[in-house]
Amino acid sequence: MEFFLVTTLNSLSYGLLLFMLSSGLTLIFSMMGVLNFAHASFYMLGAYFAYQTSTYLGFWPALVIAPLAVAFLGALTERYGLRTVHRYGHVAELLFTFGLAYIIEEFVHLLWGRAPVEYKIPEILDFSAFSIFSTQYPAYRVFMMLMSVGMLACLYLVLTRTRIGLIIQASLTHPEMVEALGHNVPSVFMTVFAGGAALAGLAGVIGGNAFVTEPGMAASVGTIVFVVVVFGGMGSLAGAFIASLIIGAVQTFSVAFDYSLATLLTGLGVQLNTESAWYELWKVTIAQAAPVLPYILMVLMLIVRPKGLMGTREG
Amino acid sequence: MSMKISRTAIAGAVALLALAGSVQAADGTLKIAYLEGLSGPFANVGEVGLRHLQFAADKVNARGGVLGQKIEVVPFDTKTSPQEAQLVFKQLVDQGIRYMMQGNGSAVAIALTEALAKHNSRSPDKTVLYMNYGAVDPSLTNDRCNFYHFRFDADVDMKMHALTSYMAAQKDMKKVYLINQDYAFGQSVAKAGRAMLAKKRPDVQIVGDDLHPLGKVKDFAPYIAKIKASGADAVVSGNWGNDIALLIKAAKENGITANFYTYYAGGLGTPPVIGEAGVGHLKQVTVFHSNIGGSKTAEEVAAYRKRFPDSKDDFYWTSIMTAVDMLTRSIEASKSTDPTKVAFAMEKMKADQLTGEVYMRPENHQLVQPIFVSTFSKANGKDVKFDVERTGFGFKTDARIEAKDTVLPTTCKFQRPKV
Repeated sequence: MEFFLVTTLNSLSYGLLLFMLSSGLTLIFSMMGVLNFAHASFYMLGAYFAYQTSTYLGFWPALVIAPLAVAFLGALTERYGLRTVHRYGHVAELLFTFGLAYIIEEFVHLLWGRAPVEYKIPEILDFSAFSIFSTQYPAYRVFMMLMSVGMLACLYLVLTRTRIGLIIQASLTHPEMVEALGHNVPSVFMTVFAGGAALAGLAGVIGGNAFVTEPGMAASVGTIVFVVVVFGGMGSLAGAFIASLIIGAVQTFSVAFDYSLATLLTGLGVQLNTESAWYELWKVTIAQAAPVLPYILMVLMLIVRPKGLMGTREG
Repeated sequence: MSMKISRTAIAGAVALLALAGSVQAADGTLKIAYLEGLSGPFANVGEVGLRHLQFAADKVNARGGVLGQKIEVVPFDTKTSPQEAQLVFKQLVDQGIRYMMQGNGSAVAIALTEALAKHNSRSPDKTVLYMNYGAVDPSLTNDRCNFYHFRFDADVDMKMHALTSYMAAQKDMKKVYLINQDYAFGQSVAKAGRAMLAKKRPDVQIVGDDLHPLGKVKDFAPYIAKIKASGADAVVSGNWGNDIALLIKAAKENGITANFYTYYAGGLGTPPVIGEAGVGHLKQVTVFHSNIGGSKTAEEVAAYRKRFPDSKDDFYWTSIMTAVDMLTRSIEASKSTDPTKVAFAMEKMKADQLTGEVYMRPENHQLVQPIFVSTFSKANGKDVKFDVERTGFGFKTDARIEAKDTVLPTTCKFQRPKV
């Protein structure tokens, strides 16, 4: 029971962080039809900016400044990069973001070195919030969850209850009509791109110190975010939310299961020993296979339901 | 006609290359290639080793070098990947470098010994000598042993032998959990831990045996929840680099009180992460730590801190010091920088190190030296004189296992080259 509760909380906090990342990606995709390969790099930049700011001003100013700085970079990327490349089609855009991811990584290498930087959680949040039986639950994780939920609420309100949200939603489906009504659709695109980057940056600020801030962090989270977006359905915020929680739970809970195909086969009465064919393969436990499970889920989803969980368009 | 020209051109190019090689050898420096992950998740670990090697080389150069040649350290980035390391090995061979050092990652070490064995048998006049300061998979000095490979750290089995002897004496230990990195080294820690505990303390229950991906886990909280649920009072881990720092960080955040028996909790970010909570609970098995005593140790630690004053820099790798010391004395004894002659001298080497008398074992080229089990404690200026990473906490010796008691049987049967 204790294990179940703690692991549920862990998977929630991880899933919510994934959502913060994938929400921006899925918004940008649904608006521009571009899968932004550099999205996770904005996450990394958020963490590094926060680290740099926090060494001078402390954590709280960094929480505001770093996402804003990332948003600014996002806006520049859209205005002077993507918009120019756009006329050459989606492949060019894809390649552009792909290259950008590498440039950002090298930039981080040059500026902050190749080793992890010491970006610590603020002392004021470095205590245990409560205990579940005998396990202490760190306050910072609670803070992470609150931030994610708060952001989710804000995003929902902005998109459904404000004029800006209405225009964004309209531009998603009927850009020509919105333009005809006198709105500046390119600047809407830029705002959305900057906003998505800011969300990734914010995830970096609170994820960078909970885990590790290092040049490899973009690559390690980047592929998972794509899985979330594809699994949840391209362009669907609700889908991304559910997919984030599912992927978070799969990754967190699978660690606990020491069952393997060998357990199953033995249960079915098949005799296995080290001499059996493919013994090494049968012996791999779910816990050991944990890193690959999200990808298996994604492949299965694409086979069964190519538009994803809540996606509206095919393929 | 054109065929003929191209052949002449190739012959000319080959001659030029050979000339370049001999020029390089005679330019008055002895190059040691340092092959380590200098980017990626273990970059910080690679950089620490590089500073130690530089420190050792500087000492030799300050007294005039070896046979009149200065030692030059040439770093290569392997990204801690076996494939990348084999490519890097080709590069250093092309550059005419004859000595190399590596220590982080047994998977890399295994790939390198394979490449080394192939190269040395093909080009007996251009052999390369491999000093391994920290890759401790036992197979490197057993089934996979190689005449040109020398290991200066104690292997997994030797350390586990020492560690389990100490653990066996802990009467209140009931349930043990093993958590390790999923590759050659981590698997051998798990295997040795299981086997030796079963023999020395059959009453102790192994409640978990986890292997996690190397350098990929950024959040160990799920593993810690699992350890907690198992009711373990002792955790054994061979994790290194960020994998140990993050494991300990998650353990602390979740308020685990089990004892952690580790191979590498002594540095690189782990001590500042755990702080006060680790006192009495965090243990390590090593061939050296700063508080083993002796005035020579104190001088060496102080000299290192003076050279590298950053709080993250601690004197740690005595194996690198021993390797450079034995290398220079082997070169002097054989009056040659030819790796084959040097290797014959090196396998008979003895040395007076900070930890006492150590010697190279000729049967498998494994350094035989004392092993220490120590516990994280508050620095007190007496038996815990030096803290780690300037945290105010350091390691205190619990047990010293003498060199002769660390020798284990070996299956190594290498071919010695004919001279």
